[in-house]
Amino acid sequence: MQGVGQALEREGFLATRLDAFVNWGRKNSLWPMPLGLSCCGIEMMAMVGPRFDIARFGAEALRFSPRQADLLIVAGTLTWKMAEVARTIYDQMPDPKWVISMGVCASSGGMYDSYAVVQGIDMIMPVDIYVPGCPPRPDAVIDGLLKLQKKIELERPIKRLLEDRSADDEWLEGHGRMFRQENQAVPQHDPSAGVASDEPRG
Amino acid sequence: MMSAEATAERVREGLAGLDCEALESRDGMTTLRCELAAVPEVAAALRDRCGFELSTCVTAVDHGMEREEQGRPRFDMIWQLQSVTHADRLRLHAWVGEELRVPSLVGLWPGIAYGERECFDMFGIAFDGHAGLKRLLMPEAYEHFPLRKDFPHQGIEPDKLYRAWDASRRADAGGAS
Repeated sequence: MQGVGQALEREGFLATRLDAFVNWGRKNSLWPMPLGLSCCGIEMMAMVGPRFDIARFGAEALRFSPRQADLLIVAGTLTWKMAEVARTIYDQMPDPKWVISMGVCASSGGMYDSYAVVQGIDMIMPVDIYVPGCPPRPDAVIDGLLKLQKKIELERPIKRLLEDRSADDEWLEGHGRMFRQENQAVPQHDPSAGVASDEPRG
Repeated sequence: MMSAEATAERVREGLAGLDCEALESRDGMTTLRCELAAVPEVAAALRDRCGFELSTCVTAVDHGMEREEQGRPRFDMIWQLQSVTHADRLRLHAWVGEELRVPSLVGLWPGIAYGERECFDMFGIAFDGHAGLKRLLMPEAYEHFPLRKDFPHQGIEPDKLYRAWDASRRADAGGAS
C-alpha cells in the first residue's frame, strides 16, 4: 500500500462524480452545426469570427456535417419546405445533442405569420435555448451558449444512458406530442372566426 | 426608353393578322389581351417580330369565386415581357378557362419554366408542355394554393402533411435499427 500512496503523492489524483466530469467535458467542447437560414446566419458568422470569438467558450469547431456536431444552431426563418431538411439534420446528429433557436423567426415564426413558415422550430424538434432578437447580436447568442453550458451542467448523462432515453424521446412525450400524433388536438387556425383570426397566434 | 406610342406602333405592326385587343393600363405599359388558345402564337410573334427577348414575369390574378358562380372566368393569366433592344416592356393578359390549363411558353423562353412552376404552386394552374411541373416554394405534398382568394390569409399549416412525413420517417428509422 505504501507504493500506491507514494505514487498518488507524486502524481496526484482527482475524485469526482462521473456525471459532473462528463458534463464538464461536454459543455466545454460543443461543436456547433450552423444552419443559417436567413439574416441571422450573418450574425452567427460574426459570432464565430475573431471579434466575438466563441473559441473562448470551446465552441469554435463548426462542423458542416451533422455527424460531427452536437449543437444545432437554427439561425433564421424555417419554411415548411425546409422543415423536412432541418429535422433530417437533427436526426443525423449523434446523441448527445442540443439545439439553439436563434432569432424570433426560428423561435416563433417571428413576423412571418404566413402559410409558408414554421411557427417555431419547436414544432419539429426539441429546443434547449431560445435567443430572441431580429437578428440577435452575436453576444446574445454567446449568452445563450453560456446558458446552455449551465443547462448541460445540470444534466444526468449516466442516468440517461442507463434509461436509453434521448432528449428527442423526452420532447416527444412532452411538448412535441401535440404536433406529432394524429389523435392529439393541434392548435388550428379557424378561417371562419372572423376578426379574432386576425390576432397573431401563440 | 421608347415612348408608349412607339411601342404600341411596333407591336401593332408585329401582330398584324393576329386577334389581339389593346387594354388601358394604369401604369402606361403597353397591354394586350388575347384568347388563351392564341397565346403561343401571339407570344412567338412578340418575341420574333417585336423584339421582346425576355420574359420577366408570369403570374395570374384570382378575381374571386363569385365570377366562377356567374360562369365567367376566374383566373386571368399575365405574362410580362421585356425588350432589351428597344428598352420597353409589354404585358399580355388571357382569361383562363374552367379546366385551369394554360399552354406553356418554355419553348419560347426557357427561363419561364420557374415562373410557371411558381404560378402552378400558388394558383394551381397547370401548364401544358412544361416538363417538370411541380411545386416550387411549398412542400410537394401540400394540398392548397396560397394565392387563391379562398385561401385564408394566415395560411393553412401543413401539419397533417408533416405528421404523415414524420410517421413514415420514424417507421423507416425503426426498421433500420
